[in-house]
Amino acid sequence: MNLKELLADDRFELLSGTTTDREILNTRCCDLLSWVMARGSQGTAWVTVQAHTNIVAVASLLEFACIIIPENINVEKDVLDKAHDEDVAIVSTPLDSYGIFQYFYEKGLR
Amino acid sequence: MESISFNEEGSLMKLEYDVLKEDFSRAGEASSKIKKVLMQLGIDSKIIRRIAIATYEAEINVAIHSEGGKIFVLVKDDKIEVLIEDVGPGIENVNLAMTEGYSTATQQVREMGFGAGMGLPNMKRCSDEFYIASKVGEYTKVKLVMNL
Repeated sequence: MNLKELLADDRFELLSGTTTDREILNTRCCDLLSWVMARGSQGTAWVTVQAHTNIVAVASLLEFACIIIPENINVEKDVLDKAHDEDVAIVSTPLDSYGIFQYFYEKGLR
Repeated sequence: MESISFNEEGSLMKLEYDVLKEDFSRAGEASSKIKKVLMQLGIDSKIIRRIAIATYEAEINVAIHSEGGKIFVLVKDDKIEVLIEDVGPGIENVNLAMTEGYSTATQQVREMGFGAGMGLPNMKRCSDEFYIASKVGEYTKVKLVMNL
């Protein structure tokens, strides 16, 4: 599936980034940035409660499909501005990480 | 302690970036610039990925633990060398610092998702050669070599 399909579901809202044809190849939920750096791969939809600017660098360097911020956690404007500059997609959702994984599983991402 | 040499002879390009103490908002900028230059040079994307991970970890380490430092990248015919050098407290026990999970980072840094004790091991994992030298109270130097 690609990011556009994810955003077609109204529970997922795009906060930053303009390129929506990125393929989502896998998903990962982790709040330790080094762990994500070590194990993340291209095309990851990364679920994290970390909402500071460094998530943008990680997602950009590893060419993730998107960052998903769960449970409507607020993302500050400076983070969104940086994400916009780097064309990193940040997606907000009211779902928790379990709900997000359930969504991907049902969409066939397994 | 191993001494670390950085021979610029035969290098096709040299990149140099400053990393400031505790400047987490800018962390990743040097890595991002390095990645872009290497992409323009047509370096293999898998190698670029390893370099991007290693230089990002380096930026974070320098920002967290030191008084500031520099990252140099030398592009050579057959390899890419990265040198990270900082001024600061140094590392008391290098073997311990190389152990995954060991960290001296503060609680505040850990809450940001750093300080998991994975930085140096990640850098080593991404490199074909890894050298580290440190003098307590003075500096830490790390050299990474990625073969092309």
